[in-house]
Amino acid sequence: MKLFLHVWRQKDRTDPGRMETYNAEDISPDMSFLEMLDEVNEKLIQEGNEPIAFDHDCREGICGTCSLVINGMAHGPERGTTVCQLHMRKFQDGERIVIEPWRAKAFPVIRDLIVDRSSLDRIIQAGGFVSVNTGGAHDGNALPVPKPNAETAMDAAACIGCGACAAACKNASAMLFVAAKVSHLAHLPQGQPERSQRVKKMVEQHDQEGFGHCSNQYECEAACPKEISVKFITQLNRDYLRACVSAKD
Amino acid sequence: MPSSVPTKRQLTPNSLPPGKGLLAWTLPVFSTTVGSKLLVGVTGAALTAFVIVHLIGNLKIFSGPDSINSYAKFLKDLGPLLWIMRFGLLFLFVLHIVLAIRLKLRSRSARPVPYVSEATIQASVASRTMIVTGLAILAYVVFHVAHFTLGWVQSVEITPGIYTNMLDLRDVEGRADVYTIMIYGFRNPLVSILYLAAQGFLFVHLSHGVASTFQTFGANSPRWQPAIRALGWAVAIFVCVGNSAIVLAVWTGYLKPLI
Ligand code: HEM
Ligand code: FES
Repeated sequence: MKLFLHVWRQKDRTDPGRMETYNAEDISPDMSFLEMLDEVNEKLIQEGNEPIAFDHDCREGICGTCSLVINGMAHGPERGTTVCQLHMRKFQDGERIVIEPWRAKAFPVIRDLIVDRSSLDRIIQAGGFVSVNTGGAHDGNALPVPKPNAETAMDAAACIGCGACAAACKNASAMLFVAAKVSHLAHLPQGQPERSQRVKKMVEQHDQEGFGHCSNQYECEAACPKEISVKFITQLNRDYLRACVSAKD
Repeated sequence: MPSSVPTKRQLTPNSLPPGKGLLAWTLPVFSTTVGSKLLVGVTGAALTAFVIVHLIGNLKIFSGPDSINSYAKFLKDLGPLLWIMRFGLLFLFVLHIVLAIRLKLRSRSARPVPYVSEATIQASVASRTMIVTGLAILAYVVFHVAHFTLGWVQSVEITPGIYTNMLDLRDVEGRADVYTIMIYGFRNPLVSILYLAAQGFLFVHLSHGVASTFQTFGANSPRWQPAIRALGWAVAIFVCVGNSAIVLAVWTGYLKPLI
């Protein structure tokens, strides 16, 4: 396959950045998108040029490190797929492909296609945990969790924290991320004591990081490689409302 | 001589430490994105309820002059209560607009560098143009109040050569003749085109807004979503068709002035 790439190049945080074009030749349809970029980089290095910097780690769709916007879609055109699991056979020979980093004030570009996502870490630090003393292991059945709750919590916990929701959102809102983390703990008994405070603190931190607001357009859900449902944002809104009207604390 | 030593009497009963009062407790609703959106939803839902009630009132024109004129008199006769309702409505309207615009500005600054290539997967056109349709409604509402409430826009020529302000028209019982006012109002093509255009904007705004409100209130779910979407469309269509029908009935001559 032969492809024409338009790639965002940016030297560092202060550089304004620009698009550059590269030709990718002799690309096998069985390569992943990142392997295709590896090929392009090999060539760039051989020619004595700077390779394109992009984030990746597990390359098996579980770590949430890879983060490319391809032709305007976070993680590319295939539904429920991280870009490391996206294969070149999904593209056409001779196609023009635009590759950009996640774009949000809360995700400053560090270099080329790599952004700083520590804003998501700070949202977790604000409340995405349960404060319990760890002791001896509990008996497995001492804390009953109804099967549907366990399933729902697990669906929410599928979030790999990649930030595609915010990248895809027209308002650059990371509400699907916050919602997944809030709902995950809200469906388990361990999450109950801090449930009210958690949702308030995480939303507050989300806003402080400079993400936008959710306007119920659901672009996040379409972009999410783990297909996290916007029903978790409904849950977040419900929990937030309850936390606001509850007479506690 | 009272002692200067603090006494138990100085403590207010059932009190909270500083920074934990009612204000600090409610402020996050105004300051956070989720809270602001909740208020946009509450005010939006209240405005939608108003629009529906207003439409039902307007539709009385189809049951004749007496029906709508007596309804108008009933509203007028509410006196101070009417003013409370008017200010309440104004308050909701302003809060809705101010918070919606603030959210919009916030989200605009949340992406300082735009995408070179941007795709939209499932966001509806209506959901992406709420601010445009909203501002169009604002412009229309200002015109609408100037037109039918303040009477600044049109005067009518009932007897040739004599122009009266629309609002001065009276029916045989001496009530404000809302029936005739509306008919003469919509006989002006420019005015009625403006009204029809406004109904279009309101239709688009409500086609996203009503269903979106359920999500904002946390009252959506995969099971209910199709029904909620259908309700949103039904409300939008009802409001648009109902209001437009009055204008069109005047145009086609179905509704005629008595004089
Ligand atoms: C001056 C006029 C108006 C402006 C500028 C305006 C603006 C907006 C905007 C920008 C939103 C989207 C908020 C967001 O998702 O970010 C919105 C939502 C909404 N608006 Fe309006 N609007 C106006 C008038 C109205 C009127 C007259 C009604 C009712 C008839 C209405 C009903 C709604 C509803 C129901 C929502 C949905 C709230 C939600 O998603 O929870 N709006 N408005
Ligand atoms: S590199 Fe780990 S999910 Fe893509």
